[in-house]
Amino acid sequence: MKVGVVDYGVGNLGSVARALEELRARPVLIDHVSDIAMADSLILPGVGGFKECKALLDAAGWTEALREAALVRDTPLLGICLGMQLLADFGMEGASDAAGTPGLGLIPGQVQSLISLGCAARIPHMGWNSVSWYPPSTLLSGIPSGTDFYFVHSYAFVAEDPGNIIAVTDHGIPVTAVIGKGRIWGTQFHPEKSSRAGLRVLRNFIEGASC
Amino acid sequence: MLKVRIIPTLLWKQLGLVKGVGFDSWRRVGPVLPAIKVYNQREVDELVLMDVAAHAFGDEPDYESVSEFGQDCFVPLTVGGGIVCLDQVQKLLRAGADKVAVNTATYANPELVSAIASRHGTQCVVASVDVRRREAGGWECFSHAGREPTGRDVVGWVRELEDRGAGEILLTSIERDGTMGGYDLDLVAAVALAVTIPVIASGGAGNYQHMVDAVLQAGASAVAAASMFHFTEQTPAEAKKALAAAGIPVRQNFVPVMEKAL
Repeated sequence: MKVGVVDYGVGNLGSVARALEELRARPVLIDHVSDIAMADSLILPGVGGFKECKALLDAAGWTEALREAALVRDTPLLGICLGMQLLADFGMEGASDAAGTPGLGLIPGQVQSLISLGCAARIPHMGWNSVSWYPPSTLLSGIPSGTDFYFVHSYAFVAEDPGNIIAVTDHGIPVTAVIGKGRIWGTQFHPEKSSRAGLRVLRNFIEGASC
Repeated sequence: MLKVRIIPTLLWKQLGLVKGVGFDSWRRVGPVLPAIKVYNQREVDELVLMDVAAHAFGDEPDYESVSEFGQDCFVPLTVGGGIVCLDQVQKLLRAGADKVAVNTATYANPELVSAIASRHGTQCVVASVDVRRREAGGWECFSHAGREPTGRDVVGWVRELEDRGAGEILLTSIERDGTMGGYDLDLVAAVALAVTIPVIASGGAGNYQHMVDAVLQAGASAVAAASMFHFTEQTPAEAKKALAAAGIPVRQNFVPVMEKAL
């Protein structure tokens, strides 16, 4: 099982690849769009600003390649943290106008700042927080609802279709923790840094979770 | 609900882990890798790894060692020591760091914080601030592992760091460091009030009650400790129990759902 980790110049790629190795998967850092087709599944990591990262994706042709992989070839895709947010239609972080920066448009929704969503707690939302879900999802198979995962973010995914919200957490306001649509997934938390619970999420993803 | 983190701090000098008192009198603690493995197995919330000799030599960060240390670390790993430019941050993230801690270089070049934040996100930048109490009141920031006074008052400085995009403040009291006499609660409270980003209390933890006090009295979002875990029988797991008993939310270890028998 070759898991392609999209390397577009940002992100804790070493940690993601290492977690996949621990699961006996074969992580391949993909730093060119032409190599995307060789992956059985794709992970889009990401740390940083929505606008900057989207610009990096656009510049190297990742945007079209990722959309094609997910929509045409049905390659399973997991976005982590900012990688999840980039799945949205629009992101407000760093955007120069009110409409926001266009995202990959793979799961309908917008990415907004926790402050604009009414969060009064300390930001970034940083640390371990319990994640809840109902009904159970194949991505979270084997994990009890309420398990703690590691978060670090200041923006959140606001899904247009509540049916795409798989799990939530609470940071003074409800925050989308997992989104899913078919074989396209996103986790706001970092599974690669969420110890055994996070490794289980990655395992579920590699083993073909879908919704 | 967000949990209060308990963070072992690992200070690394040349080949092994060390711990000092007041940023001096370093004692050897042991090799780095087994310590990281043990903490990972015990599911600590997070680890901070600082190369305390880095700035003295002006060398590049030791990416190879970081890569080795990160191999078995599936909890967040912050790496600091000697970081002066964006390029080094990218290499550390590739080597297995999840966040970087910056300190000395930020006084001469505060733009470094903004640059890391805009490229890698605010969550990636841990601003490490080492301070001593002033006789006249307040606290002064020190660079170069606590040796060089900067003339900066801590409250003004942490506000600037926050404005520039730091994701959290790792706040260490140099006088309390290694004493195990308790955190400087006034300091932690002053900084936690001055910024809205999370503040990690560091320097002085000697027992679980000190950690409880840092959270409940001073408003710390996380508590770091080194000597207490290196030189006493106290552990992060027991610290969690003590915090929980004091009504502080702490992370529970993952217990898998029983799978159906095949």
